This record gives sequence, C-alpha cells and structure tokens, in this order.
Amino acid sequence: MNQYQVPTAEKKLVGAHLLVAILALAVGSLFGPLQAFEHAGWDVYVYLKPLIKSYYQGLTVHGVLNALVWTTFFIVGFLTFNVVFGLKRPLKNMILAKVGFWMMVVGVVAAAIPILANQATVLFTFYPPLKANWAFYVGLTLVVVGSWVEGWGLFMTYAAWRKENPNERTPFIAFGSLVTALLWQICTLGVAVEILTMLLPWSLGLIEGVDPQLARTYFWFTGHPLVYFWLLPAYISWYAMLPKQAGGGKMFSDSLARLAFWIFLVLSTPLGFHHQYVDPGVPAAWKFIHSMLTFGVFFPSMMTAFTVIASLEHGARKNGGKGALGWIGKLNWSDPSVASQLLAGILFFFGGIGGLANASYNVNLVLHNTAFIPGHFHLTVATAVTMSFMGISYWLVPYLTGRKLWQPKWATIQAWVWFVGMIIFSNSMHVLGLLGAPRRVPLNQAPYVPAEWNSRLFQVGIGGAILFVSGAIYLLVMFKTATNKERVEKEVEVPVAEAMQDPATTPAWLDRWAPWIYGSVALIVIMYGPMLFELIKNISLTSPGFRVW
Amino acid sequence: MSAQKIHVDSYERNWMIVSFVLLILFATAVSVAAFGMGIQVPSPEQRVDPRTVATDPNSPWSNPGLREVSSGVYDAYILARAVPQWEYLPKEITIPVGAKVTFYVTSADVQHGFKIQNTNANFMVIPGQVSKLTITFTKAGTYNFICTEFCGSGHGVMYGAVIVK
Repeated sequence: MNQYQVPTAEKKLVGAHLLVAILALAVGSLFGPLQAFEHAGWDVYVYLKPLIKSYYQGLTVHGVLNALVWTTFFIVGFLTFNVVFGLKRPLKNMILAKVGFWMMVVGVVAAAIPILANQATVLFTFYPPLKANWAFYVGLTLVVVGSWVEGWGLFMTYAAWRKENPNERTPFIAFGSLVTALLWQICTLGVAVEILTMLLPWSLGLIEGVDPQLARTYFWFTGHPLVYFWLLPAYISWYAMLPKQAGGGKMFSDSLARLAFWIFLVLSTPLGFHHQYVDPGVPAAWKFIHSMLTFGVFFPSMMTAFTVIASLEHGARKNGGKGALGWIGKLNWSDPSVASQLLAGILFFFGGIGGLANASYNVNLVLHNTAFIPGHFHLTVATAVTMSFMGISYWLVPYLTGRKLWQPKWATIQAWVWFVGMIIFSNSMHVLGLLGAPRRVPLNQAPYVPAEWNSRLFQVGIGGAILFVSGAIYLLVMFKTATNKERVEKEVEVPVAEAMQDPATTPAWLDRWAPWIYGSVALIVIMYGPMLFELIKNISLTSPGFRVW
Repeated sequence: MSAQKIHVDSYERNWMIVSFVLLILFATAVSVAAFGMGIQVPSPEQRVDPRTVATDPNSPWSNPGLREVSSGVYDAYILARAVPQWEYLPKEITIPVGAKVTFYVTSADVQHGFKIQNTNANFMVIPGQVSKLTITFTKAGTYNFICTEFCGSGHGVMYGAVIVK
C-alpha cells in the first residue's frame, strides 16, 4: 500500500480537534438523557441541585456541547485532514492552524464557565433579551473566529497546491472540505454581526438594549446553513469514503457530486426565514420566497441520495450482491465504521421528510416549536451527522494514533444501539409534537399535559436511556482505543473511493471558485438585502436584558 | 470541448426529473394552502416599546383583555410576561361558539411563544413586536394556549385558555 504520508504535526493537530470534540460529546451526552428521563417522570435534576440548578441549565450544556462544540471541533479537524490527505500536501501555515485551534479551545472554556455557573442558561439559541454573562458571548466569538482562522489556513494550503498543480482537478475529498469551510465563512457572518454589534456590547453594559427581532434574523442567517456545515462533512464521507469501505465501490458520478456541493454553497444561506415563519416582524412575502428556495436545497440532497446509494450498490454487486434490494446484505456490515454510517443514512431519510414538513411554510404552523423539532434534529444532527462522525472516528482514530480499534464488535453494537434508541426517542418526540407538546419544556411538570401524552413521554425516556448506553459504549471504545497497547500492523488505509469516470473528464467549470462565490453572494444580497436593510433602518434597541432562570 | 459536458447516467437523469417534479408538487401544495385556502403566517403589525407597553395608559396592553368589536367579532389583547411571574394576561378569555377573534399578542420582557392547541394558531411573541392572527372558533371546548419559546425557569408552567361556550 502506497498512500500519502500525512506529516506528524498535521496528525497531531487533527487528533487534538477530535479529542476536544469527543470530550464535549462525553459531557454533553451526559445531560441529554436527563431531559428524556424527566419526560418519563424521573427528574434527576432534583439530585443535581448543588451543581446544576435546573432542567434548563442542563439543556443548555447539552445543546451547546453537542450541537456546537462536538460538531465544530470534529468538522474542523476532519476538513483539515481531508485537505491535507486529499491534496497530498502539508498545511501551508501550521502556526495559523494552531492559533485558530487554541482560539477555539479558549472560546469553549470562556463559554463553559458562565454556563456551569448558571450565568448563561440561554440554551444554544441564546435569543435575547435573555442576557448571559459577557464571557459566554466572548467564548462563542472566539470559537467562530478560531474556526475562520483555521479555514483561512485551508484556503492558503489549497492556493499553494493550485500553484503547484495548475491543471489538475481538485481531489474530491479536499474539494468538498474546502466548499464546506467556505460555506462556514460566509454563513457565520450573521451570528458574528449579532454578537459583535448587539449582544456583546449589551452584556458589557455599553448599550442599554437590543432589538430581539433583528437579533433573530442575524441568528437564522447562520442557523440554517449551520445545518449544512454539519451535514456536508458526513456527505463527503458518504460520497467518497463509505463506498470504498462498504465493498470497494466507486463513486458513481464525480461531476454531479461536485455540482451538489456547489448548489449547497449557493442555496443554503439565503433561506433562513424558513426558521422565522411565525415571527411577527418579517413580512409573509419574504417568508414565502424563502420557503420556495428551501425546497430548492432539497434537490442536491436528492442527488446525493442517488449517487451514494448507486456507489454502494456498485461495490455490493461486484461482491456478488443480487436482487433489487438483496445487494444491501452484501455491504460490509461487520465493519463498525460502515454499519454506523449506513444506519445514519437510513434514519436521515426520515429526517429529510420531517425537514420538508418543517420547511413547508404553513404546515409549519402545526409544528413550530413543538417536540417535533427536537425529534427532527435528533435524526439529522444527532444521528445522520453524529453517527457518521462516530463511524469516521472508528477508522480515523486508529489511523492517527497507530493503535488498533478496541473491540470492533462493541463498536458495531454501539451503532445498532444508537439506531434503536433513536428510533424510539425520535418517533415519540415527533408524535408528541403533532399532539401539540411544546419543545424545551420539562413536560412531566407542565400543568397542561393531557393524559394521552403519557405513554409517549414514557417512550422518550426509554429512548433516552438506550441512547445513553450507546453513548457510553462509544466513549469506552474511544478511550480503550486511544490507550490500546496493541498497535496496527501497518498504517490504516484511508478509505477513498475512486470515481467511475476519471475526474479529469469532469468539466472545468465545476472546479472554478469565482463564479460560485459571486453567485452565492449575489443570491444572499437579493434574498436578505432588502429585509435586513428594512430591519436595520428601523432598529430599536429597546429591550433591556433579563436573567429569569 | 466534450470535457465541458457533464456525464449524466440515464437512471440518474430520471431520478433528478422525479425529484424536481416532487418539489414542484410540494411547492404547489403549499401555495394552494397559502393563497387558495388562506392558511397564512404572521406579517408585521406594529412596533411597540416593550419597556412601557404594559404600563402606558395609551397602550391597549396596559389593560389587556377581550373587546367586542361587533356582534360575534372580538379583539383579544394579550400580554405575555416572565416578570414578576410567567403568565399571560388575561389568563382566560371566554367567547361564544362561532366567535371570530383577532389576537394581538406582545411581550413585556423576553421572547415567548403562543400556540393555541388544536388550531392553526402558533406564533412567536417578540418584545417590541405585535403578533396578530385571526381565528374563528366553531366548536365549543377549552383551548389551552401555551408558551412555546424558552422564557426562563417558568417557561413550562406558562399557559392560558380560550373557553368557547
């Protein structure tokens, strides 16, 4: 085997990202099931009082660590790995990467302190005028800016590679990672402006009040593309790694895979109003226009579904798979990395359908801020994304550390347990939402809960308990792998699937950045410009802060 | 220049066509519901000053409650608040069957939600903004309205009711 040798410094850098990510997942996941147990009638928070003051403080820890820290650190690490390995070239500027990484770490610590001190119980959406301690906002800013700095390092590395290889197609895993990093740079402008122009000066006492409607608009400018920032790294793995792992399949279409990524870049930001369908301060016309574009971004996901499944099938048929669906059995289910990602993909199908319901303008009236929403995003970010990242870590951690994966059988079991737990949890949350149960409520204590919800609330608890077990197995496998005395005999092979057609035949316009960036910016200006201008023109900083937790 | 054309497998082309048709169908269904059946979402109504909206004597929310505009037609001014406690004012409104009620809801402090169970009424309540929605109650019963956005420790106990007799 003759694969590119990633320099030790880069390996360590990627490993450091994974370490922080998995630690965040460990702590955050400790607090996930507590919400579920409360729903089932067992309120553990009563016993945690000296440490954690409330259900909501626990929910804040869970949301911030799992949805923001686990994902962001894993993603920045994985993208860095893909760029280096894909381009077969070390980072252009290691110092920049280290600066970015440490900014992110300091940011997490700065945000964690007020959260643990119950000074920032504002959940991961931190809607003002709930007012957290300033350190919380400083921490978030550092995480975002740190991730930008690391992104710039990736772009510089790409530029250097491009100079050395003027006529080559960008290798797909590097290409997808660079698009994801670029999407992040564009979309986080919203939350950066929100924090720097309103929340931070306000929390420091420099301004009296904020404009909550404008703050929400900035937030959701970032909030929806954030979903794609989570998802695209999983897509990179599904497109270009999983087919190889699952049976030696080739990527079905290199050009359409690239086209899908470009469509994601262009379409995922200018449709944030679909999170604000029932906001009073945004005209219905804008909401409707954004809803139509939201359907548009469904299209590249459908393309992804086709290419990924076709690539998997290609490998399975080569290995003797037969029948319309029988080939699925020929996939390499005994590899935990494969099992985890295949199961992630299966549940993502249902996550996608739920997402379409949420996106449907007036259908959302039935669903908005009900338990349906956490039910939905536990299928997407907490399953499609998280299980894929877990699956990736099952080969990436042995690759980086040179230590054997501890008990692959347990890793496979872990994936199935998560799958089962999530089906129970998420199904009951969806049903509760349809029955009218609100999200973010300790429902067992709420005075308006009808008896017909009870059996579903109990199932939420069961699902949470199963997920807790799966999370514990994952952490055990990771810990035992990182400290495993048994080393791999030879370097772990990085699974990269070739494309069926030579990437050199992929049209050049799919490897050119400028037109897509211009298109993306232009569409954002058209879709957000007029309404943002209106909201900023009429800004009224009349909401003082509240700490009512 | 053949390298400039994308190679698309015929299965994949068909799949893309099916996806596209599906999307058009969904978009059409949503549009028909919005413009044909009038199932609409909130739009800007008016801006208020959240610091004085509950106390200014000229503000309808200084005296929240139900006002009969004409026979069977009502305006309901509802104030959501977390301070001094988590509640809607008024907590209950009673109307006859068939009443057409226009809700005007705003917040005196943080963000809240307002969802009337078993109806299509579900919207955000944002300080500085007024959420307006009209709904006709055709069946007798008690319709709880509950807070759907995190608003502090008492979020889970914040609710009220429309009683239709």
